[in-house]
Amino acid sequence: MSREWPLWEVFIRGQHGLNHRHVGSLHAPDAEMAIKHARDVYTRRNEGVSIWVVPSAAISASRPSEKGPLFEPAESKIYRHPTFYDIPDDIGHM
Amino acid sequence: MPSLPDMMTKLDPSGAAGGSASAAPAPADALFEALLRLGDSTLILGHRVSEWCGHAPVLEEDIALANTALDLIGQTQLWLGLAAEVEGAGRSADDLAYLRDAWDFRNLLLVERPNGDFGATLMRQFLFDAWHQPMLKGLEGSSDPRVAEIAAKAGREVAYHLDRSADLVIRLGDGTDESHRRMQAALDDLWPYTGEMLTPDATDAAMAEAGVMPDLTAIARDWHALVGDVLAQATLARPDGSYMHKGGKQGTHTEHLGYILAEMQFLQRAYPGAEW
Repeated sequence: MSREWPLWEVFIRGQHGLNHRHVGSLHAPDAEMAIKHARDVYTRRNEGVSIWVVPSAAISASRPSEKGPLFEPAESKIYRHPTFYDIPDDIGHM
Repeated sequence: MPSLPDMMTKLDPSGAAGGSASAAPAPADALFEALLRLGDSTLILGHRVSEWCGHAPVLEEDIALANTALDLIGQTQLWLGLAAEVEGAGRSADDLAYLRDAWDFRNLLLVERPNGDFGATLMRQFLFDAWHQPMLKGLEGSSDPRVAEIAAKAGREVAYHLDRSADLVIRLGDGTDESHRRMQAALDDLWPYTGEMLTPDATDAAMAEAGVMPDLTAIARDWHALVGDVLAQATLARPDGSYMHKGGKQGTHTEHLGYILAEMQFLQRAYPGAEW
């Protein structure tokens, strides 16, 4: 369809969540309708307390072909993972 | 399976044709009638809207329409459940929905109108929602706590229905030449079916008198104000015809209701008591 509505990415903050999480995408003519559609499509089971919509076109993404240079250098730097510390039991989950 | 109803007594013209001339019914009967009007209207509209499932122009609207239909069917369970309780004849909400014939239904004629195109469906929804929302608001203050409780729950759903249908009527009315033309045609077609819900008869008057349900003349004021505002924003011309169809609330329906019931009731009629 040449006259298809633009695509929007939908982010929803759940009942107990602190941050909005990406839940999917949908088509809508504008932001207001995108929020209504998101309400109907993604919050049918009382999932959310807040909705964000962002035009998919406004998202800049990393290129899959650059995956190597972008992420591999971190793989060899195990000291960035704080797995070498002894954590006292009474600290609990960190 | 009930035997065929006695058509001669059911179609007694003094009860079926106008209704407005008849004397005020006894309180319990009037409450049963009034609850059927609410429950049958949400049932038939819910069924009508559910006919869109899988057919709406875009996926997002398909789901939105299905949500609306499910809300209305859910409200039906509550209204008809209470109606059955008030009647006290051992019938359930399901019995009322699936085992009554067209002349026993008390829904508004507006809600049995065919879906037409997407615009006509939305226009019908808006004209109904603009009545439904203030109606439920009034019902929240009912002297009958069972009525007030159902109205409070339904009101939250219907506030969204109205928000959505009004928004879409404005967008499509004030949209392209084609969408404007279709919305105006839908409005002209449906307008003569809007009088019934705004004009009290003896049952409505008895309910208002008892404080169980709001006065329809007050609801009519809210309806006209809201509809006028939305139509103006939608650049749609309010039809000036004053002829209004009536009869749905008293059980005299258009030919469309029979087809709806044939589809909706088929299973329970063919396989009485079937469950899954």
